[in-house]
Amino acid sequence: MKANYGYLDGSGQYFITIDTDHCTTCPHHGCVTGCPKGLFEIIVDDYDDCVSQVNEAARKKVKYECAACKPMANRPPLPCMAACTPGAITHSW
Amino acid sequence: MAQEFWRWKEYNWHDENIQPNGAAITGGVDVGSVSSQAVLLVNGQLYAYSSTRTGSDSPNSSKKAMDWALEGTGLKLEDVKFIVGTGYGRVNVPFANRAITEIACHARGGNFMYGPTVRTILDMGGQDCKAIHCDPVGKVTNFLMNDKCAAGTGRGMEVFADLLSVPIEEIGELSFQVEEEPPPVSSTCVVFAKSEASGLLRKGWPKNKVIAAYCNAMAHRVVTLLERIGVEKDFAITGGIGKNIGVVQRIERELGVTALKAKYDPQIAGALGAALFAKALLEKGK
Repeated sequence: MKANYGYLDGSGQYFITIDTDHCTTCPHHGCVTGCPKGLFEIIVDDYDDCVSQVNEAARKKVKYECAACKPMANRPPLPCMAACTPGAITHSW
Repeated sequence: MAQEFWRWKEYNWHDENIQPNGAAITGGVDVGSVSSQAVLLVNGQLYAYSSTRTGSDSPNSSKKAMDWALEGTGLKLEDVKFIVGTGYGRVNVPFANRAITEIACHARGGNFMYGPTVRTILDMGGQDCKAIHCDPVGKVTNFLMNDKCAAGTGRGMEVFADLLSVPIEEIGELSFQVEEEPPPVSSTCVVFAKSEASGLLRKGWPKNKVIAAYCNAMAHRVVTLLERIGVEKDFAITGGIGKNIGVVQRIERELGVTALKAKYDPQIAGALGAALFAKALLEKGK
C-alpha cells in the first residue's frame, strides 16, 4: 500500500509517501532514527503489518518540518530516504 | 427557534427478512466528525444500520448509533459477537473489540457495496476527503487524504446550507437550476468561499447560482486530490456527499468518469467495512 501523509493547500502539494509493501520487509526501520525531526514512528497497520508512518502531529506541517533538510541549493540526500534501505519513502516536493 | 438548514435527518433501517437468532452477528461503528453510523451483519449479510449526528462526546455518539441500529431488531449489544470501531472517534468506542482506520474500512465497505470491480473510492466525509485505491478484495493499495481544510467536505456543505437558508437535502437538485454553470467560488478554504458567496448574494446572484458555484468548487477541490493518485475504473463515491447529485455529477463531468451507483446508502460504507473486518476477525478468533 502507498500511504501518503501530508496535505495539499493553496501553495502546493506536500506528501511523504511510504510504500508499506517495501517498508514491511525492513528489519530495522532506520527512518525512525534517521529523521532529525522524528517524524516517523512504527505501528501495526490495519492489515497487521509492522510499518512506518508519519506521526499524526506532523502530517499537517510536513512542508515546514522537512524544510531544514531541503535547502534551495546543494541539497544533500534526505536523511529519511537515505536511512530507508528498502527505498519505501518518497517526497512529493 | 430558527430553522437549522444544515440539520440532516437521522435514520435507521433493518431487514425484516433476515432472522438473526443463532447467527454470527458482527458490528461496525463509524464515529465521524459530523455523523456516526452503526452497521450490523448477520452471517456477513447486511442486516441493520443507523445514521445519527455525532455529538461532542464520542463514546455517547457511538452508543447512540449502535442502540439505534439495534432498535426494533430484538437484539441486544451483548448479542453482537465482535465490533470494530472506525472514524475519528474510533478509539473512543467503549464496546469495540478493535479500532481500524476509516481508510481501510471505506475500501472494504466500498468493495461490498459496489462489487469487486471498484478500484478508486472517493470518501467525502464530514471533515476530510480521502481518495483510496483498492484491490479486488477491498484492500487499500494507495490512499491520499486531505484533512487540512473543510473545503470539499460535508461540513463545508452544511455551512453553505445555513448561509443560503436551503435545506441540505435540496442543495444538489437546486444547483442544476441555473441557465449556465457559474465559475467556482474559492476552493482553497470554506471560510473564504463563504465570504465570497456572501459577496455574490449581495451582488444579486440567486441562491441557485451560488449553490452551483459552491458545488463546482467542491467538485474541483476533490478532483485535484483524485488526480494526484489517479482514477482507475471503476470509480465510486462514499460518504454523505455521495448523496448530493450536485457535487457527484460535477465530479463525474470534470473527471470524465461515471461513478458506480450504490446498492446501499453510501454514508454507511465506513461502518459497513468495519463490520466486515469484525466478521473476518471473529472468524480468525482475534
